[in-house]
Amino acid sequence: MKKIQGTVYVVRDDIDTDQIIPAQYLNLVPTIPEEYAKLGSYALCGLPDGYPPFVKPGALTADYPILIAGRNFGCGSSREHAPVCLGAAGVKAVVAESYARIFFRNCVSTGELYPFETPIRLCEVFKTGDRAEIDVGGAHLTNCTTGKTYSIKELGAVAPVVEAGGIFAYARKSGIIK
Amino acid sequence: MAMTLTEKILARAAGKRVVGPGDNVWVEVDILLTHDVCGPGTIGVFQREFGKMAKVWDPSKVVIIPDHYIFTADEKAHRNVDTLREFATYQKLAYFYDPGTPTYKGVCHVALPQTGHVRPGEVIFGTDSHTCTHGALGAFATGIGNTDAGFIMGAGKLLIKVPKTMRFTVNGTPPPYLMGKDIILKIIGDIGFDGASYCAMEFAGDAIRHLSIEERMTICNMAIEAGAKNGIIEPDAKTFEYVKAHTHKPFEAVYGDADAPVESERTYDASTLEPCVAEPHVPSNYALARERNDVKLDRSYIGSCTGGKITDFLAAARILKGHKVAIPTFLVPATVEVAEDIIKSEIDGKSLIEIFAEAGCEDIAPPSCAACLGGPEDTFGRTSGTEAVISTTNRNFPGRMGSKQSRIYLASPLTAAASAIRGRITDPREFM
Repeated sequence: MKKIQGTVYVVRDDIDTDQIIPAQYLNLVPTIPEEYAKLGSYALCGLPDGYPPFVKPGALTADYPILIAGRNFGCGSSREHAPVCLGAAGVKAVVAESYARIFFRNCVSTGELYPFETPIRLCEVFKTGDRAEIDVGGAHLTNCTTGKTYSIKELGAVAPVVEAGGIFAYARKSGIIK
Repeated sequence: MAMTLTEKILARAAGKRVVGPGDNVWVEVDILLTHDVCGPGTIGVFQREFGKMAKVWDPSKVVIIPDHYIFTADEKAHRNVDTLREFATYQKLAYFYDPGTPTYKGVCHVALPQTGHVRPGEVIFGTDSHTCTHGALGAFATGIGNTDAGFIMGAGKLLIKVPKTMRFTVNGTPPPYLMGKDIILKIIGDIGFDGASYCAMEFAGDAIRHLSIEERMTICNMAIEAGAKNGIIEPDAKTFEYVKAHTHKPFEAVYGDADAPVESERTYDASTLEPCVAEPHVPSNYALARERNDVKLDRSYIGSCTGGKITDFLAAARILKGHKVAIPTFLVPATVEVAEDIIKSEIDGKSLIEIFAEAGCEDIAPPSCAACLGGPEDTFGRTSGTEAVISTTNRNFPGRMGSKQSRIYLASPLTAAASAIRGRITDPREFM
């Protein structure tokens, strides 16, 4: 079963879509390939001062395939630019205590990233820069820096949709649409 | 089985006799709304998945209202409106409200009911989280992303989960200093920024029935600020009067069953609620205006889908009449109709436009979303430094109005106007 490995970036509660992708960059259209890539370069640039830059200046992608968050990640706008910019920046999964509804759905329908949930407040125990590994099928997350393993909620029917690359790709693959 | 208002609308749209919370159902869509920020991406998904030359499922049900980045020199913003225009022409869409032409309207959530596209009992999806506004007229309305919207464009339906209903009953008569914004900020303050996640927020009670349709829209607009899927108010005589004044299209209103079980119930007495603000940086950060007199402000902003309707400008003018503002005060009517009403409406024989000019407000901006969400750097009213802003908008996230260092206090137009006069957060009762 699939594993996601890499360095984590940690944020806390109520990270809204304006922090994920500030509105001034919404003139970029996610379905235009070069603008999709450009969106990645702005991922999480709206975080308050004090957070280290998520994407290094001049880079298009981040060095963090795993995001760890607190409650209500992705709250605010329905802008699909939010999961898209994270996916474009190379994020493969978010592990949060909870999500705002539209952001969660947009992660799944676009297939940009896995939106894992966990009852554990991981944003208190992980530090940006820790190495981690997510076992997608086994529903657990290991902090390779500390060696500790945490259980995460199984994604159920959501996992194969993200795996396929979104709702349209999944529907074609599984014969729901031609 | 007894059903709530939201459940009944979804049951009808799904062609089922009964649905309950948690059921996943395919619903037929009455209106798909999009705008210049998410429309081009939605069209991109639709054409990628259904084919470059594919036709939308129903050209009378796709409504495109550009409103976000209209009065800007930003080239991509203009390109995005061009994309919408070409698509609307090719698809022969019945309702495309084109910037720079007499059909231009302004902010989609105020324009949608004004153009008669919101009808009780119908199902509305929009590529904007504040689509929940339209529940104020007894419709089911919620925000979605581009991919779901692209699916609806081709298929005319969407698979959704029926939300649990949380009911908020507001009793009594709202005092003249209390506005819809004060009621919804109090509720969000009580239940929290994610207190209604995945749920329907149903607003009921005498105080809600007492409110105008515009004030009800202010309340439903901010359901998303508690994480809700939709906000909704049962239609009544006021609703029907409003809807019939804007469309001749027939509709069939839906009412909830009185004995339908709900997830939770909260009751408020309007007479005990007070003018308030939401302090930075979440809308649930509730404080009474009178207890925040020490907060110095740099700017007052009246506009947006939740705070730029004619009722909002009438409220602000009641306070500003005969006074001078102490800080720059920005006025952005949501739509062309609101802008026209500002010219036509009078208080004691004086037009609102005169009242605002005499108070020293900035010149009234053309209708659009403007600085509510920051936007391109040349956006009217956008913050660029450490400004403290009192604003009738709906979000006070870091950087929401432009600068990450600025601080936004959300408030009713009465409170925003009173605070503009003092240059500090001020309870409007001081001027009433």
